[in-house]
Amino acid sequence: MAKYLLLKHYRGAPAAVNDVPMDKWTPEEISAHVKYMQDFAARLEGTGEFVDGQALAPEGTWVRYEGEGRPPVTDGPFAETKDLIAGWMVIDVDSYERAVELAGELSAAPGAGGKPIHEWLELRPFLTEPPTITE
Amino acid sequence: MNEALLRSLVPSVLAVLVRRGADFAAAEDAVQEALIEALRIGTADPSPGSSSSGESVRDLKGWLVTVAWRKFLDATRADAARRRREDLVEEEPVPGSVPAVDDTLQLYFLCAHPSLTPSSAVALTLRAVGGLTTRQIAQAYLVPEATMAQRISRAKRTLSDNGVSPARRARGRFDQPGDVATVLRVLYLVFNEGYSGDVDLAAEAVRLTRQLAAAFDHPEVAGLLALMLLHHARRATRTAPDGSLVPLAEQDRGRWDTGAIAEGVEILQAALALDRLGEYQAQAAIAALHADAPAAEETDWVQIVEWYDELARLTDNPVVRLNRAVAVGEADGPRAGLAALAALDDSSPNSSSKGPLPRRTAVAAYLHERDGDLETAARLYAEAAQQAPNLAERDHLTRQAARLNTRLSR
Repeated sequence: MAKYLLLKHYRGAPAAVNDVPMDKWTPEEISAHVKYMQDFAARLEGTGEFVDGQALAPEGTWVRYEGEGRPPVTDGPFAETKDLIAGWMVIDVDSYERAVELAGELSAAPGAGGKPIHEWLELRPFLTEPPTITE
Repeated sequence: MNEALLRSLVPSVLAVLVRRGADFAAAEDAVQEALIEALRIGTADPSPGSSSSGESVRDLKGWLVTVAWRKFLDATRADAARRRREDLVEEEPVPGSVPAVDDTLQLYFLCAHPSLTPSSAVALTLRAVGGLTTRQIAQAYLVPEATMAQRISRAKRTLSDNGVSPARRARGRFDQPGDVATVLRVLYLVFNEGYSGDVDLAAEAVRLTRQLAAAFDHPEVAGLLALMLLHHARRATRTAPDGSLVPLAEQDRGRWDTGAIAEGVEILQAALALDRLGEYQAQAAIAALHADAPAAEETDWVQIVEWYDELARLTDNPVVRLNRAVAVGEADGPRAGLAALAALDDSSPNSSSKGPLPRRTAVAAYLHERDGDLETAARLYAEAAQQAPNLAERDHLTRQAARLNTRLSR
């Protein structure tokens, strides 16, 4: 088994094929999209491959240590930040191939016109505990 | 076995242990272990089929006291204070003559002590008063069980570090009741954070507030209970089968729980008659006016605005004034609502530390739509979606923007 992080980006990913902002879809298309995402997560729970999934607000704060006895410095959000994570899903699957297959399905979620978004998702393997037998 | 009955006995069992001289933290742990054992055995009801009879309730409570006391002794026997505690065992009083209601009331105040953070107070209340297991509380708040266990034991340490542990007071007495507002705040938090996992936190908050109201005659306790009942009555209609939000105006009022509404209104009226208005009574009054309207168009918005004025006098909370702007928009038209919104911005400029007022943009979008400015409304709905504090609201607001954009593009 191997754990993978599926990352969805607000910004920083290559443009999707069907790249229309959500508020320009019809309400029915939004409902279809939401349902697809819910069904996908429910199906992964059913197959025993779902670990966790969360969505993130688009804006955050950058924080840095400022030295002893001082409050941390905060800044941002920075409009120029290239990469902006929208949310993640953690899956626990048998192989890299299975992880790619699932990411592909998620990327096929319907968007404007009811057609797949073909959104680029980022697939990152977890660094796990070392195995017991190494030789 | 009746889990609800079992849980309802937890505070009084805890009271017996404290009365016998166990300190609160150790007694609370022992009761939790007894509870888990009862749930594990699943046969804690000694006389199945008559679980509601007074006899079996006493049996079940006696069983819990016995097991919890044994757990307490097991835990403390290895302790350095062994001798002192064994002395306590010998002078252990006979159980049965315990004024449980009074002790339960004191437990509420202890678990909501001002030295605790809100999340600690919530967790401790759910465990010590609500009789939930650490695992159930952890599941409800989506944190690991070990994290929740630590939160609860830190809370108990905080209480004893602050000298409010009952063990430091006269034996057998809990901390004296403090400000009831802290207790109500904790119960409000439990209710308002909804529910997840297999424990229904909203229903649990109603149960705990009902129990508090029975033990403590106070108009704001009654006000909070009424508020919860009136909101709980609408719960089934607040979300569509697909999980999307249904706004108040579009809810199927025929499916509101009329029993809960009637009870809430009755409790509220009795509280208001005491003429000691507080924020929960005022909020409940607003909820009652919504519940009273057979259709959204028949809502008495003029009276709702008046209640928001009362509420603003009581709390000076910008969220209240934001909701008031919505009510003004309904009572006097969207322009008046937008003016109220502008006045709110003037009086409380967005501070950089707290960020913009949540939902302010969504309210502006709604009022602009009602005013007929669909383009501005669509833009603001999309903007509000970006600021939404949860997924359901984000999806709802995005749908609103999409609905208007679809109309505009035709």
